[in-house]
Amino acid sequence: MSNEAVLHAPAGLVHEEHHGHHHHHESFITKYIFSQDHKMISKQFLFTGIVWAILGGLMSVLFRLQLGYPNETFPILEDLLGKWAKGGKIQPEFYYALVTMHGTVLVFFVLTAGLSGTFSNLLIPLQCGARDMASPFLNMLSYWFFFAASIVMISSFFIETGAASGGWTSYPPLSAIGDFSEGSKAGMDCWLISMALFIVSSLLGGLNYIATILNMRTKGLSMTKLPLTIWAFFFTAVLGVLSFPVLLSGAILLLFDRHLGTSFYLSDVFVSKTQTALPNEGGSAILYQHLFWFLGHPEVYIILLPAMGMASEIISTNSRKPIFGYMAMVGSLFAICILAFLVWAHHMFVTGLNPFLGAAFVLLTLLIAVPSAIKVFNWLTTLWKGNIRFTPAMLFAIGFVSLFISGGLTGIYLGNSALDYQLHDTYFVVAHFHIVMGVASMFGMFAGIYHWYPKMYGRYLNNTLGYIHFWVTICGAYLIFWPMHYQGLAGAPRRYYDISNWHFLKGFDGLNQFISTVALIVFATQILFVFNYFFSMFRGRKLKNPNPWGSNTLEWTTPINPGHGNWPGEIPEVHRWAYDYSKDGREYIPQTEPIGAGESGHH
Amino acid sequence: MSGFFVLATILLIYVVIFQIAKASEYVGVLKGEEVMRKQSNRINGFLLISFLVLGLVGVWYTNHLYAGKTLFAQGSASVEGERVDSMFMWTLAITGAVFFITQILLFWFAFKYQEKDGKKAVHFAHSNKLEAIWTAVPAIFMTILVVIGLRNWFHFTKEAPADAVVVEITGKQFNWIYRYPGKDKVLGKTYFKNISDKNNNPLGQIWEDKANYDDIIESSEMHIPVGVPCKLVINSRDVVHDVGLNHFRMKMDAVPGIPTTLWFTPKFTTRQMREKLNDPEFQYEISCDQMCGPGHFSMRGVIVVDEPTEYKIWLATKKPNYWTAFPEKDPTKQPPAAVDSTAKKTAEVKAADMKIVKK
Repeated sequence: MSNEAVLHAPAGLVHEEHHGHHHHHESFITKYIFSQDHKMISKQFLFTGIVWAILGGLMSVLFRLQLGYPNETFPILEDLLGKWAKGGKIQPEFYYALVTMHGTVLVFFVLTAGLSGTFSNLLIPLQCGARDMASPFLNMLSYWFFFAASIVMISSFFIETGAASGGWTSYPPLSAIGDFSEGSKAGMDCWLISMALFIVSSLLGGLNYIATILNMRTKGLSMTKLPLTIWAFFFTAVLGVLSFPVLLSGAILLLFDRHLGTSFYLSDVFVSKTQTALPNEGGSAILYQHLFWFLGHPEVYIILLPAMGMASEIISTNSRKPIFGYMAMVGSLFAICILAFLVWAHHMFVTGLNPFLGAAFVLLTLLIAVPSAIKVFNWLTTLWKGNIRFTPAMLFAIGFVSLFISGGLTGIYLGNSALDYQLHDTYFVVAHFHIVMGVASMFGMFAGIYHWYPKMYGRYLNNTLGYIHFWVTICGAYLIFWPMHYQGLAGAPRRYYDISNWHFLKGFDGLNQFISTVALIVFATQILFVFNYFFSMFRGRKLKNPNPWGSNTLEWTTPINPGHGNWPGEIPEVHRWAYDYSKDGREYIPQTEPIGAGESGHH
Repeated sequence: MSGFFVLATILLIYVVIFQIAKASEYVGVLKGEEVMRKQSNRINGFLLISFLVLGLVGVWYTNHLYAGKTLFAQGSASVEGERVDSMFMWTLAITGAVFFITQILLFWFAFKYQEKDGKKAVHFAHSNKLEAIWTAVPAIFMTILVVIGLRNWFHFTKEAPADAVVVEITGKQFNWIYRYPGKDKVLGKTYFKNISDKNNNPLGQIWEDKANYDDIIESSEMHIPVGVPCKLVINSRDVVHDVGLNHFRMKMDAVPGIPTTLWFTPKFTTRQMREKLNDPEFQYEISCDQMCGPGHFSMRGVIVVDEPTEYKIWLATKKPNYWTAFPEKDPTKQPPAAVDSTAKKTAEVKAADMKIVKK
């Protein structure tokens, strides 16, 4: 059956005609739980990601209560949390556990698994024209390792000594010795085990994504005809596969130091509480930081690249224009991917790092500004003289670009060691990374969800709720994080439970209260989105047109509710790149359409 | 009860928003998707340009409210910190220009090129010239910033001037211990297994090293003279801490087992700063800037910058820690008669301690 026919035939009819390939009987368990269908696995990642996002967001609401209203008590918190909120006031140990878990959960579980896991899984086979991943079984394992990691992480909250509380970076010796903090007891073991499981999940997923993209593209789909989403997922997977194992080694060595008496990270440590000097000598606490940031920095791009890819695709589709500078976009993704491995020590300028080494890292770090600038200018040029449709996805993609600019520019301050000398670990850093990797990537993720929801469920999300969601969230994001730069420039350090006994931080009480209030409103709006998500799954407006956005890419050539195997008949063949919008007077030309005789220069 | 009302109100707001959203979807179905899309497109286009205008006003207003509360408003309290301030301004100028240009273009383009009937998008896929321009221009500006930055960086991290006052600062959960080298200007050797708060040896000084005999230990505040370079030797007794000197514009981690250093030249005494800022309670505060445990937020230290003569007088009143650890060695406390038996006993214990000291 020709692709044209697949496009226009009613979905049911196509099903009738093509029993052959995918019609194997599936029980509830194989279809919804231990599913090997990439589309179902992607939904599983997204579900778990949403649960984590709600929990992680709730944690930030709790510690923002403490920061915004340090002198108030909230008796309901004691009812809910017991000793962790004695007298209705969040205790320091619990505050630090919340901060630590908020970071870990959002960075790894939401913006790595929830973002990459969802969209790499959904889009790689669909946009590459493959029936499934290279190894559906490993793909399934990838989700279930993530699930196991989630269970271990959640359970650490129910341990008597509480969850890990040494910050999401968990630097030893604080994280290595239980006597230094309650959270460094069993909670820290849970954290390390959970991270180890998570890394396994991430590797299984990543290897699968790479194998699928390299080997399973449909006929005619050369690498340079791939949509930018796939390029972004590809580089993301490469980053993950090469850097996550280093974090695993870091975590394992930390476990050894904690339980087997080794001294990888420990030396010259005296425990005041017990008045004993530890026997460990010769280790280096800085070694852990190198291992951590060797993943930690690429991790930032693992979070950001998928958002960039999806924003590129969505901006191009909704501007009805080809993405500007396709090869430059791929080249800048590649440059970012390479540089991501060479800048990790910019997190360590003030650890006593050799200044010469520091200088090399300054140079490499600021170099990243060049590919980033190319991307921004290319997005702007893609909008220029377009015919733009503001779907909720498009709004989130525009918001992504705005936030990426705002947060990226402050990176130029922090990447320059002589300025980091002052700004390191202040609220300036908090504002910087929340805008550029936290909120921006969340925007990329929201854009992706609004854009591909019809593909996932055959229904639309409610538009009005989508618009409300976007406008409250972007206003809230700027209201929360923009003023934080000023707090940082006033010297306010990160991770302070209470600033009332610091003279130089006087005068920010009102601002802290304001930020906390806005954070509450933004959180409430995200609940609205979650409601929209689940409501629309069952009651949303049904899709009638299999290609609702007039898009060129292959995923829209499948039936509205594709079965396992994606295309009922032959896999479509690709003849052109993904960005023939508004060419030769036609609004869009799908990738499956052969190059016409009189067609002007083609890609 | 009030909590219940708050909850009920929130629920009500959710329900109202949801009903509106549902109703607008039905209206959309009735009016036709196409009409609805065009209508919401116009609204969102207008909102985008309003967001730009309000956002720019907001940027100005935030600056108006808080610029005065940042440390830049006070000026740097150290000679070296002035370089940080000027570099900050250069970076602000460059990034500020990029910020305004790109954000204005982004929202302006979005507004201007919103979908209109009968209009077609332009097929414009690439231009090597444009792309070369916006690769080269950022590269040039980044080079400028790297050059400024590295010159400052190498200045900050070079060896402290030879005449610098040396003070050792050691972090522990959750306070700071300061040590002065005394008359010999040498900090005596320490070994962490000698640390004992009970025996008045909080830093684990090795008593066989004679350089330790005149070292002074302070735990309340650090005094340094104005106008003289000051070098901090930074240590930690337990976890990683960070010596944050906001007014002097620098900070450095305290890592157990790996001493780090930092130097600066204070420009104003504490008293001068109080007058300058018209703030009688002003202190140079040391903030711990590296997560170090549940008391992290309370790990506060104080630096008092004195006139050089005041500093000398202050230092002269301090006794070496050696005398605190071994009161019998303190010439000012030497009892006229022979040492009594208890003192002798402690001396013996200390002597035994010394034998297990690593050399």
